[in-house]
Amino acid sequence: MGDIAIRVEEIGKLYRIGKREKYKTLRDTLASAFTAPFRNAGKLLRGEWADPGESDPTIWALKDISFEVQRGEVIGVIGGNGAGKSTLLKILSRITEPTTGFAEIHGQVASLLEVGTGFHPELTGRENIFLNGAILGMKRAEIERKFDEIVAFSEVERFIDTTVKHYSSGMYLRLAFAVAAHLEPEILIVDEVLAVGDAAFQRKCLGKMGDVAKEGRTVFFVSHNMAAISSLCTRALLLDSGRLKVSDTPQSVIEEYLSKTRKDAGVPLSERKDRKGGGKVRFTNASVLNNRGEVVESVVSGQDISISLAYEIPSSEKIDNAIVQIKFAGGLGQQLFACLSRTSSRESIELVPGARLYCNIPRLPLAPGLYTYSIWCKVAGRLEDLVSEAGMLSVSEGDYFGTGIFPARTVGDFLVAHTWSTR
Amino acid sequence: MEESVQVIRIEPSKGWVALQLKELWAYRELLYFLIWRDVKVRYKQTALGAAWAIIQPVFTMIVFSLFFGRLAKIPSDGIPYPIFAYAALVPWTFFSQGLGQAANSLVGSSNLLKKVYFPRLSVPIASVLSGLIDFLIAFIVLLGMMLYYGIHPTLNVIWLPFLLLLTVITSLGVSLWLSALNVHFRDVRHVLPFLTQFWLFATPIAYPSSLLSESWRTLYSINPMVGVVEGFRWALLGVETAPGPMLIVSSLVALALLVGGVFYFRRLEKTFADVL
Ligand SMILES: Nc1ncnc2c1ncn2[C@@H]1O[C@H](COP(=O)(O)OP(=O)(O)O)[C@@H](O)[C@H]1O
Repeated sequence: MGDIAIRVEEIGKLYRIGKREKYKTLRDTLASAFTAPFRNAGKLLRGEWADPGESDPTIWALKDISFEVQRGEVIGVIGGNGAGKSTLLKILSRITEPTTGFAEIHGQVASLLEVGTGFHPELTGRENIFLNGAILGMKRAEIERKFDEIVAFSEVERFIDTTVKHYSSGMYLRLAFAVAAHLEPEILIVDEVLAVGDAAFQRKCLGKMGDVAKEGRTVFFVSHNMAAISSLCTRALLLDSGRLKVSDTPQSVIEEYLSKTRKDAGVPLSERKDRKGGGKVRFTNASVLNNRGEVVESVVSGQDISISLAYEIPSSEKIDNAIVQIKFAGGLGQQLFACLSRTSSRESIELVPGARLYCNIPRLPLAPGLYTYSIWCKVAGRLEDLVSEAGMLSVSEGDYFGTGIFPARTVGDFLVAHTWSTR
Repeated sequence: MEESVQVIRIEPSKGWVALQLKELWAYRELLYFLIWRDVKVRYKQTALGAAWAIIQPVFTMIVFSLFFGRLAKIPSDGIPYPIFAYAALVPWTFFSQGLGQAANSLVGSSNLLKKVYFPRLSVPIASVLSGLIDFLIAFIVLLGMMLYYGIHPTLNVIWLPFLLLLTVITSLGVSLWLSALNVHFRDVRHVLPFLTQFWLFATPIAYPSSLLSESWRTLYSINPMVGVVEGFRWALLGVETAPGPMLIVSSLVALALLVGGVFYFRRLEKTFADVL
């Protein structure tokens, strides 16, 4: 072994961004063709208007990325939103071209950026298996051979001749994943497919990924699920703003990522420019306190925690009719819950220059993982300050239920107190 | 030992890119499934199903027969006007439907294009080819009409497969241009009905091309649908207008459209996933 499976050399990808519509109208282009007929008509024919021009604002979604993947390695890719993970997968899947550099893929490859791509609601489960299989690159004979297995794996035997628009979303996902799970490429490229579906589904996906990895195939996948990365991968890559920051063991890359995100969250709130609102109040700092009131980087499930907010009031006058909200989102940006002062308290909030505001959350019901929170403040019904992703909340395993048993990592975002009884 | 592993090289393409027709061939099963999907969904969705394939050309024929045949008394090369028009409307409907389906095909499959790799050409090709079923149904009606009018096809009918191929080439050629442009210019969709309308009257469907002199006819057949339509009438209805030179010109133009279209499409292809 020791052969190369994927080689990436100085890959870069330039995207055109900006306010401009991504697509233009033929009318406008033709109109401008009249003002500079030859140049523009030539452009239209050569397809050049489609290339990022100098006049457009552009962004390097990836820049100078180089790495190699040996056969049999399982590589996890981590990075914040907009780090370029999807772009990298899209380039390796040949969906989009790199702007610079090149990559080589040695061996038969399949990529799975989404489960159920190409599923058609008007077709039956059976028909969709064939269609989706063909789209993922399977030969018809291969699909026929594996058909029974796929159906059995999907657990939707009874509905296999029903059009999938009548499926529940769970059935739909299971069927879609069943097709994908029966791909047998040498190299598998997977995007965050684990982010959809319920816990059981996610476990099934992870299990299948683990099997694939054990069979000695090369797997290259993106995940926000640090537990999955650390348990499945032999190596991890950290992307940040389009650059490859680290390539190391999953454990150390995860630590690097978490510490970096913590640092980011520590960028003084007061320096954040991307805020909205009138500005009568401005949050200047947000930090997480543990049950002893110490500022910490990480809290534990089931602990009493507080979010401490510092703010400034440019007018230096006391404000006594504020409403404040802290809204929590999961690592994938999914909305989890909000602490809204108007609903949790009958009193308005009083903001006094120089004081801090605390939001206390007893017995934190979040599963281990990385969360972000956004804050806003309204005064007399007007939005005065809003900062999204104002801070980061890193939760590690804790004895939430007081049983000495730490809840497993892959059962969703929340822990809910409950008891069992028999009658 | 192991067989030699296939190596895929991914790099920016410059200028005019290779056509990769071999790859298109390797993906022929996908093409088949895409056609199959289009056909299946179309017949499942519309309540009228297969009838729809007939309704459109037949109704157009009726309207044309009334207005152009009866009222305007437009000549029809000595053949009953209804079948004269219908024989042209069958390939025409395939052509115009093909354009309509294909022009929007890439935008309609944007999710597919953003998530899976496969030769992008398959998408508009599948859209055009899926119209063949409708064509077949409409064609059977044409055979029925020939029986009714007692018209026997001449030996020239052996040219029919070639004429059908020419229709497909023309439709595909234009579709490739339109579908690729439509990704970047979403108003292509609005231009299309106008274009088809215009094209309909620029093609001898409601009238015979024999209104023109021989040399003008040849020039006229720069519109490849002229060759197609007159070819169909000649092969099936035994219309006298010898389509030889017209067919040659039309075929050359159609081929040029197709080849140009494929290259243009391939050139723009790399931008599809970023813009969609
Ligand atoms: N089609 C596109 N057009 C313009 N910009 C894009 C496009 N796709 C991604 N980007 C930009 O490229 C950067 C990287 O995006 P992406 O690869 O999706 O990051 P990630 O998957 O890590 O969240 C982002 O800034 C994003 O806005």
